[in-house]
Formats: sequence, structure tokens, C-alpha cells
Amino acid sequence: MNAVSQPPTGCSGAIAALQERIARAHAQGEPLRIVGGDTKAFYGRDAAGEAVFTGGLKGIAAYEPSELVITAMAGTPLEEIEAALAERGQMLAFEPPHYGAGATLGGTVACGFSGPRRPYAGSARDFVLGLRCLNGKGELLRFGGQVMKNVAGYDISRLMVGALGTLGVLVDVSLKVLPRPEAELTLAHEVTAAEAIDRMNRWAGQPLPLSAAAYDTGCLTVRLSGAAAALDAARAGIGGDVVADAGDHWSDLREHRSAFFQSDECLWRLSVPPTTPHLHFPGEWLLDWGGAQRWLKTTAAPEEVRAAARVAGGHATMFRHGDRGQEVFAPLPPPLLHVHHGLKAQFDPMRILNPGRMYAGL
Amino acid sequence: MATMQGGRHTRDGNRTDLVSALRAVLPAGAVIAEEEAMRPYECDGLSAYRQLPRVVVMPRTAEQVQAVLRLCHGRRVPVVARGAGTSLSGGALPHRNGVLLSLARFNRILDLDPFGRTAVVEPGVRNLAISEAAAAHGLYYAPDPSSQIACSIGGNVAENSGGVHCLKYGLTVHNVLRVRALTIDGEWLDIGSQALDAPGYDLLALMHGSEGMLAIIMEVTVRLLPIPTSAQVVLAAFASIEDAGNAVAGIIAAGILPAGLEMMDRLATRAAEDFVHAGYPTDAEAILICELDGVPAEVSAQLQRVREVLQAHRAMALRVAVDEAERRQLWAGRKAAFPAVGRLAPDYYCVDGTIPRHQLAHVLRRIADLSREYGLPVANVFHAGDGNLHPLIMYDANRPGELARAERFGGDILELSVRVGGTVTGEHGVGVEKLDQMCVQFGALELQHFHAVKRVFDSFGLLNPGKAVPTLARCVELGGMHVHGGELPHPDLPRF
Repeated sequence: MNAVSQPPTGCSGAIAALQERIARAHAQGEPLRIVGGDTKAFYGRDAAGEAVFTGGLKGIAAYEPSELVITAMAGTPLEEIEAALAERGQMLAFEPPHYGAGATLGGTVACGFSGPRRPYAGSARDFVLGLRCLNGKGELLRFGGQVMKNVAGYDISRLMVGALGTLGVLVDVSLKVLPRPEAELTLAHEVTAAEAIDRMNRWAGQPLPLSAAAYDTGCLTVRLSGAAAALDAARAGIGGDVVADAGDHWSDLREHRSAFFQSDECLWRLSVPPTTPHLHFPGEWLLDWGGAQRWLKTTAAPEEVRAAARVAGGHATMFRHGDRGQEVFAPLPPPLLHVHHGLKAQFDPMRILNPGRMYAGL
Repeated sequence: MATMQGGRHTRDGNRTDLVSALRAVLPAGAVIAEEEAMRPYECDGLSAYRQLPRVVVMPRTAEQVQAVLRLCHGRRVPVVARGAGTSLSGGALPHRNGVLLSLARFNRILDLDPFGRTAVVEPGVRNLAISEAAAAHGLYYAPDPSSQIACSIGGNVAENSGGVHCLKYGLTVHNVLRVRALTIDGEWLDIGSQALDAPGYDLLALMHGSEGMLAIIMEVTVRLLPIPTSAQVVLAAFASIEDAGNAVAGIIAAGILPAGLEMMDRLATRAAEDFVHAGYPTDAEAILICELDGVPAEVSAQLQRVREVLQAHRAMALRVAVDEAERRQLWAGRKAAFPAVGRLAPDYYCVDGTIPRHQLAHVLRRIADLSREYGLPVANVFHAGDGNLHPLIMYDANRPGELARAERFGGDILELSVRVGGTVTGEHGVGVEKLDQMCVQFGALELQHFHAVKRVFDSFGLLNPGKAVPTLARCVELGGMHVHGGELPHPDLPRF
């Protein structure tokens, strides 16, 4: 079985210790708070529980560039994975935000975060091929695999993405990786929000090498990725001014370091159809994902923000700040909530894994 | 009702009851209970397995589907959903005591939004019909299973269908935004959204590949992509499988993501050439077909690079399609590979494992050994880009024991795929066909969790029962057959 990756030395001990810890918590009905790099504590609802650290699950277990697959332990710093990939001219195409030093692969997958490239390349869940996790009894489970096409059994690996650790503690994850583009070019247009939404959607319907499109205070920025000759051709088509140091522009946006995000105001994330007209809502807007992800700083009541997103055909998340004791994610309709509770009961019968982090009672 | 004497009569008695109850909630002509009329539904694309259902229903409205489901739920009658019936794993094989729910009449494209690049379709809409409708707007639906002329989108979601362009454009799960489905008790589940994500668990991913066991897919919103302005195909011939395999790794290592990357071995190449005269070199041990697409400048830059890589890996012959007609001709051979192999033997059995690409030469050598051991020839067609291997085992169903031998041979190949780090099914699904191999790929705990997920949606196990996930008892009984790596599977289970 030499093709199946072996966890890096030391990890089996760490896995066993975690299993033992979870089994004990299961027996005692004691809630646990799963902590990787502790960079995303701001996200989700306030949840009590004794901290369990995944830092012992560290290292890249397997990376074969010609297979376009990497397998790493959940506690591996994202930075380390990205460096290993960059060395071989590859990348995580969902461009995950770190939101701080020490962000881990496990936290990234558990939150299901994706960066500016998401609408054009796919999301974190799109790139997950398989994983191992510990359920709420401490049992070690393996779902999916390390190959791109795999329809054996229900897709529980992708179910874990964005589940905020409420269905299991991630042990390791296999991801599809992609070649880094040969060249990138960012172009800027001074336009209104309405015009920006129109252009982002029109361009997305044309065969252009788009890899990001965002709008912040009067300025639409578009990133193109691919062969240098292709970028020149596309540039001629869409026009605009070339942005210098565009790498910083996109990483600042991805990491919420740009000026818009420097605020203690409640930050909402509205996930809406990209063609949704600009929402005239009290507050400030920043548009990403070609119009499909809209950030809103507002003091408006949560119900009003949620209603605006719902009317547009999307949903709103209280992403940062605000009252984290209440629901931060859009409420689920009863039939879906029923399924959520059912799944939780099967994977974590004593409700000890990050209880209440996603929804109260889950 | 006549006196009941034994199971058969009881079944028939209940059947009449069920049929009248269904007739009461469905319009005339939507209930088919005559044996001859039900014949076309007794199997899907895996015709070695046949079973007549108790009754076939063909509702026209969602309300009628709800009524059927509620009725079956109340009476604890199994329901098997069927789209175009092209499954290659028996996913739509009827249940002898159950209702076969045909969704063929749900064949309308409900909405096509060129600006938002989405289409909302009913489950019975054919895969290719979506791209045909979108073409006027310069858009298309990317996943293209080889049955795309016939297969329908509901089945594509249920099986998470692939195609030849998966490496670059993903599977069905990567191209669907939203699914509206009915549970066995007739309740609507609205999963996903018109946006790029939805709150809560990723139930959209869970629905993909769930083989009709969790809910009935009633409406699908797919993402449409701009049609690439340029596509180029290059054909390369190799004197050995190893060289061809290394060339594939070389292309990927050069930072190129081909739209399609297909390999065929000598037997498959010859069969295809004899059949459609695509101009394939028949003296090669393997041929590679590499398609590049995108904007013209990108495609020409990549084409140059691919040629260099292929030459560096000892390609004996290289041919670049000079025009669209030649591009189609080069693809025609690959697309006709299955029927071409079908001309070489009375029957063939298509296997669907996925392996890490670097294991290809090893796996093909082992398949050649097995071919000699079983005395059955095999042609290999390989989605080289994503590691999905389709060995086509040739046999004659009229010779006693040959089908069983072909199935055992196929089973051995799938177990080999698992051993080298792959999976028992890349894109055809488990269905009824690969239940035994699921016991090799998964341990008892994982299987228990699959059953648990099923119970959350369908507590009485009425939707497509007996498919996709084997019972633990079945795996234990098979235990002796599936010892690998010196370890017994499920050491924690009792043996008998």
C-alpha cells in the first residue's frame, strides 16, 4: 500500500491522543472547542467548551506535483502548504484567506473560506478530494481519497467543508491543486457600483482569462491570469489602467487588510447571485467574487440585512463583530434544519464538537 | 381479494391495491402495470441485471410526484427514480416490490439566464440539450459524460457524472448551484442557491452521487460557462505505455491543464480505427489525445509546450488537427471506443476504477496478467488527466460462466485500484454492481456512517434500497475473499 500516504512521524500519537480526548468528552458529555491556529475565533457563534488543539497534527503527508494532489495534516500551517506548492509552480486555486499568522489547513477547510479567485476557479469544497476525521465519539473515519474522480459512497468529505468542526475534527485533508498561472495582470476602471456589476457579469460571460473582479469605493479591479500573450489580448478587449503591485491589492482584499475592513462595525457577508443590482442599503459596500460576494458595514438590524439578501436570492452572514450570542448565519427553513440536526446526531451524538458554533442547538 | 396462499399471491394482492391507489392520484396513462409495457424499464445501461418493478409511474407534475411519494411512504413501498436509464452500474435497476418512478416527462428548461450564466432545468432534461439551448448566448454546460446525447441532468446529479473534460472543468458537483428535491415523505428540500453558496452544511455536495437514495431531484440550477474561443487537439503515439504515462505526467508538470487528456491502449486504438477510421496509428502501444482550449494566444502557447513535452517523452508520431473537421475526427475515434470494442466480442464489461496516474503502467501490466489468467481479452481506455481507467473486458454471455468470470475479473481490477490508492468508481457509480468492492474500499465505521446519513433522509430505507452502500453483513460474508495487505477487513466485526 505504498501509494497511500502515511501520516508524518509523530502524528499517530497525536491522533491517538485526540481520539482519547474526544472519547472522554463523549462519555462525559463535555463540550469541546476545536482550535487550530486560532485565527478564525471571530467567526461563527460564541461557543463554550474546553479547547482541544490540533497543532500536533502537523506536516505534509504526500505531495506529488504531477498528480495535482497534496495531502496534509489538518494542523499544518497554510503558509507551509502554500510554500511547498509554490516551489513546484502550483497553488491552492481557491486562494484561501488566512485571517492571521498561523492559519491551518484544518481551520480553512472547516470554515470553507475561499478568496477572490473563487468564482472563476472554484471554492474550498470544490478542491477537497478526501479527508480523515474524528467523529464525536473519537472514531477515526476516512472518506473520499486522493484521486479527482471518486463517486464511491456519499460525499462526506465535502459535507465536512464549512461545517465548522461540528460534524468531526479534521485529521488530514487531500486537495486538488493547480498550476500557477504564467502571468497575472490587474486592470482598474473608475465606475459606479451599478456599472461595475454590469461589467463583471458581462465579462464573466465571455471567454476571458478572468481570475478576480472586485469593486471598492468607485474603483473596479479585474485580474487576468494566464499566458502573457493571452493577457495582452484580453487587456485590449476590456481596457482600463494597469494596477502596479496588484499582488498586494488582492491579498489585502483576501485578508481583510484593506481600508474598508479597518472598522469595529458589524461586518456582513452577503452571498447573492452576481447579477443582483446594487443594494441601496444604509452602510458601506465592497463587492468581490464578480458581484457574488458583497461585504457590508452597517448598523442596521440583522433581520433587515437578512431580508435584503433573501429577496435577492442569497443569504447574509454576520461575518465579524456584532452580537455573536445570537444567530450569525441565515436561519434554515425547517426541513433543512431537520436534516442538519439529524446529521449532527449521527456524527456527534452527544453534541460535544463545537456545539452551537454554527447554529444554536446544533 | 382472493384467498392468500403464500408470498406470491400476497404480493400480487398488494400490487393490485397499490396500482389502484396510484391510479387514483395520477392521470390516465401515467401508471404502467402490464408486464410487457414495463419491459423497457427492467434494466438500465447495465443490462446484465434485470428486474421488473411492481409498477411504473410517469407523473407530469411535482404534485403528482409528491402524491406518489406520500403514498409509497405511507405503505412502506420502495421507490426507484429513473431518468434516461443510462446508468452503467444498475443505479436505476427496479426493485421487485417497488415503484419505478420515471422522471422522463420532466423535460423542460424552465429558465436560461445568459447574463447570470445559469439555467434552471427539470430533471429529465438531457445533458446536451442544456448546451444546445445555451449556445445561442455563447455559453455551454461543461460536464459531458459520453452518454450526453441521452442522459438526463437528474441522473447526472444522482451519479455526479464526469466526462472527458473533468480535469479542467470539474464534475457535475462543481457545476451545479442548486437542487430542489422531494424527500420520501413528499417534503421539499431547497438545497444550494442562485448564489455561489448557501448557509449550513454542504448538502448540495451530499446530493451529488447519492444515487437516488436520499431524495428525488426535481429541479436543477446549473452554471453555464463561456464557450472557449479556441480548441486544439494533438494526437501522439507511443511505443510503450510507460512512455505515454510519463508524457501525461510531463504535461501536468509543465504547468498545463489540458481540457481533455485521453489515452487508449493498442487494442482499443485498433478497434476504434477499424470502426471509424480516425487516422490513429495502429502500430502504437498507446496513443494520447490532448485537447487544449481557451483564448487563441493561450492555446497556441500551450500547444507549443505540449509538443515539446510529447517529443521529449519519445512520442513516435505527433499530429495536430489543422481544422475543426480534423479535431472532430481525432475525437471521433475516442468517443466511439466503447462501441468499437463492442464489435470485437459479443459482449463487453466496462470497469470504472480511478488510480493515481503514476500507477498506470503497473496497473495495466497487472490487468494484462489477469486477462491471461481469466482467459478474457481486455482493451483499456483511460481518462489520463484524472486517472479514471475504463478497462473493457470482452466476453460472450452465451457461454456459461463467462459473465461471472468477467465480473470477477472486473472486481479484481477495482480491488487493485483501491490497493494502489484509488477508488472503485470514478464516475459510473456503485449501483448494484460494485457493492462487494465497496467492502474493500471502506471499513465498517465508514459504511455505518453512510447508512446513518441515509437514515437521516429516509428512515425506512425506501429510496432505491439495496444500492450504493453494502450492508455490513454482506461485507462480513465476503470477508474471506477480500484479504489484502495481510489484514482482514473489519477486524472488529464478528466472523461466521
